[in-house]
Amino acid sequence: MRFAFTTDQLALRDAVREMLVKECPSSEVRSAWSNANGRTAGTWDALMGMGVLEALVPEAAGGLGLSVLDLVLVCEEVGRVALPEPFVEHALVAAAVVGSGHGSMSALVGPAALSVYADSVDAVLVEDDERLLLVAREGLVLERQSSVDHTRHLFTVDWSNTEATTEVGGPRECADAFDRAALGNAATLLGLAQNLLDVTVDYTATRSQFGAPIGSFQAVKHKLADVRIALEFARPLIYRAAYSLSVDDIDRSIHVSMCAAQVADAASLAVRHALQCHGAIGYSDESDLHMWMKRVWALQRAYGDPAWHRERVARAILDKT
Amino acid sequence: MDLSWSPTEVEFRNEARAWLAANVPSEKLPSGDTSDGFARHLEWEQRLFDARWAVVSWPEEYGGRNATLWEWLIFEEEYYRARAPQRVTQNGIFLLAPTIFEFGTQEQRDRYLQPMAQGTQTWCQGWSEPDAGSDLAGIRSTAVRDDVAGGWRLSGQKTWTTRGAFCTHMFGLFRSDPAAERHAGLTYFLVPLDAPGVTVRGFGRLDGDEGFAEVFLDDVFVDDAMVLGEVNDGWKVAMATTGSERGLTLRSPGRFMATADRLVQLYRDIGARASDPALRHAVVQAVIDVEAYRLQTLATVTAIGDGGKPGVTSSLTKVFWSELDIRMHDTALALLGTAAELEDNGWMKDFQFALSGPIYAGTNEIQRNVIAERILGMPKR
Ligand SMILES: Cc1cc2nc3c(=O)[nH]c(=O)nc-3n(C[C@H](O)[C@H](O)[C@H](O)COP(=O)(O)OP(=O)(O)OC[C@H]3O[C@@H](n4cnc5c(N)ncnc54)[C@H](O)[C@@H]3O)c2cc1C
Repeated sequence: MRFAFTTDQLALRDAVREMLVKECPSSEVRSAWSNANGRTAGTWDALMGMGVLEALVPEAAGGLGLSVLDLVLVCEEVGRVALPEPFVEHALVAAAVVGSGHGSMSALVGPAALSVYADSVDAVLVEDDERLLLVAREGLVLERQSSVDHTRHLFTVDWSNTEATTEVGGPRECADAFDRAALGNAATLLGLAQNLLDVTVDYTATRSQFGAPIGSFQAVKHKLADVRIALEFARPLIYRAAYSLSVDDIDRSIHVSMCAAQVADAASLAVRHALQCHGAIGYSDESDLHMWMKRVWALQRAYGDPAWHRERVARAILDKT
Repeated sequence: MDLSWSPTEVEFRNEARAWLAANVPSEKLPSGDTSDGFARHLEWEQRLFDARWAVVSWPEEYGGRNATLWEWLIFEEEYYRARAPQRVTQNGIFLLAPTIFEFGTQEQRDRYLQPMAQGTQTWCQGWSEPDAGSDLAGIRSTAVRDDVAGGWRLSGQKTWTTRGAFCTHMFGLFRSDPAAERHAGLTYFLVPLDAPGVTVRGFGRLDGDEGFAEVFLDDVFVDDAMVLGEVNDGWKVAMATTGSERGLTLRSPGRFMATADRLVQLYRDIGARASDPALRHAVVQAVIDVEAYRLQTLATVTAIGDGGKPGVTSSLTKVFWSELDIRMHDTALALLGTAAELEDNGWMKDFQFALSGPIYAGTNEIQRNVIAERILGMPKR
C-alpha cells in the first residue's frame, strides 16, 4: 500500500507548472476572452514540446507511454492557471485513442452536448452510438453557442453529412474515453479551486478594514477553512480515480464519478467563498477572479453534473443486491 | 502508488476477521457509558487482550503484536465491520498510551501500559474545567509542590470527564507554576481516582447515559513518578494527546465505513418507501465522503511512513469526520421517517452521540481557527 506520487510524477508536474506560470499568466487568459479563437498564443506548442499532449500515446507510436496517473497532476496545473485550451479533450481523450499525427483535437463524449474549440482544432473525437469516430474539422457542421466563460468557444457538432470520419473505438473505448474526460475535468476543477483559495487567502491578508486585515476576522477565516477542508477530501478521490483508470480497476467508473461529484461541489464552495471574501472587487470584471469563477461554472457540469455522477454511484452501490 | 494490500496484510485481515466472527458477542452489550455496561465491556476487553487483539500496534511486551499502522487500520476496519463492542478503554489506549510511549519513563511504561491494555486500569481524561473549555490553558486546578513528601498536592475541579465515574485513573493538566505565562506553568499528571481527597460524581448526557462525571480534588497527594513529561511542560505533552484525539487513532475510517455500510443497508431495506427522493443521493454522498476519509488516511499513513508528521492536519480530519457522522445519522433518521423517534431504532441514540463530535476533542470552531491560522497562514487577531 502506498498512496503517494513518485518523484518522476512530481517532477513532470513541476516542469509543467513552471512553463504554465510563464506562458499563461492571467493576462493571457484575459486576452483569450476577446481574441479570435479563445486560446493562448504559445502554450499549446510549449505543451507539445514537453510531450505532455501525447503523454498517453505509447512510446512505440511516438508518445511518452505514460498513464492517466502521470497526467492527473498536470491537469491540476492546467486548472490552476485556467489554461484556455482543449488540454483534457486532446491529451486525455482523443490522443489516447488515436495516437499522434492528427494535429490538435477536441472531443465530444458521454453526456456532454457541446464541443469546446471545435472551430480551431484539426479534428474532433465524437461518440456516436457506442462507437468513437474521429471527424476532421472540415467535415463538421458547427453552430456556435456562447459560454458564460468567453474563452470557451462551444459548438454543437453535426457530422451526419460527411465521409471524413474514421471509426476508432467501440463501447469499451467510449466508456473509458468518457471516464478519462471526467477525471481530467475533475482534476482541472481541483486546480481551479485551489487557485481561488490561494488568491483569496492572499487578498484577505492585504486588504484591511476596521484597522485590521480582513483575514483576521473569524467569519472570513471559517469560510476559507471550509474550502480547505472540502479540497482536502476531494483530492484523494481524484488521485484514486486516476490510479484506477491506470490499472484498469473494475470499479474505475465509480471512482471517477465519486471524485467528479465531490470536486464539483468543492469548487462551487470555493467560488462562493472567494467572491464573498473579496467583496465588490471580486464582482468586477477588472479583477481576474471573474474569469476563474466562470471557468468553474463551465466545468462543474461539463462531463456529467454532480447529480448525474452520484446517480451513477447509486446504481452501482445502492441498487446492487 | 500501489493501492493493494500485501499478502501479509491480507492474512492479518483474515485472521482478525475470523477471530472477531467467532468471538464478538451475538447480543449487543448494554452501553459502556453506564456502570453495568462498563463492567460487561471490561470482560470483553480482557478477552481481546488474551487473544492479543486489544492493542495490536503496541510492542509484544505490553500485549500487542507490533502491528504496522497499515495493519492497525485494517484491524479497525474489521473491528467496526464486525460490530464489535465500543472500546471503553479508548481514552487510555488511544490517547494516553501514545503520550506515554513518547514522553513516559520506562517505569511508567512498565507500570501502566499492560494493565491499561487489559482493562484492569481504566483511564479518563481530566482536562476541561467549569471555566476552561475551549480555552484549555485557562485551567485553574493547581498542583502544589510538597518537597517533604516528594510529590505534589492537587486541588480543583475537572468536568465533562467521560466515564469518570467508572474509571480507576485519570490523566489531566494542573497549574504547577501560577506565576508563569498561561501555557507555561502546566504539568501533566497521572492520578489514581481512589486516592484520598478525590470525589467523583457521575451525571447524564444528552443521549441518556451516565457518561459524564465531575471530579473534585481536595489536596490529593501524588508522588513524582506520576508526572508525565517534564514539570511545567504539560502543554506540550497534552498537545500530543490532542493530536491523537483529533486524528488517526481515536476515530479511524473503519468506524465511519461501518456506519456508511449500515446506512446503505437501511436504504436498501426501506429507501424505496422514503418520502424524500433526495435521500438516495444523501446516502451516496455519505459513501463518497467515507471513501474520501479512508483515502485521505491512506495518504497520511504513507506520509508518516516517509518520515512526515501528521501535525495540524488532524484539524481538517476532525471537522470532516465529526460533521460527516452527523450527516449520516441525519440521513438515517430521515429514512426512518416516523420511526425516527423510537429509541431502539438503531440510530437515534447514535445520532445524539454524533452531535457531540463537533464539541469534544476541541470544538469545530476552534479547529477552523487552527486551519485558517496554522494551515492557511491567515493573520491572527
Ligand atoms: C461527549 C463529550 C465528552 C467529553 N469528554 C471529555 C473528557 O473526557 N475530558 C475532558 O476534559 N473534556 C471532555 N469534554 C469536554 C470538551 O473538551 C469541551 O466541551 C470542549 O473543549 C469545549 O468546551 P466547552 O464545552 O466549555 O465550550 P466553550 O468553550 O464554552 O464553547 C462554547 C461555544 O463557543 C465557541 N467558542 C469558544 N471559543 C471560541 C473561539 N475562540 N472562537 C470561536 N468560537 C468559540 C465554541 O466553539 C462553542 O461552540 C467532553 C465533551 C463532550 C460533549
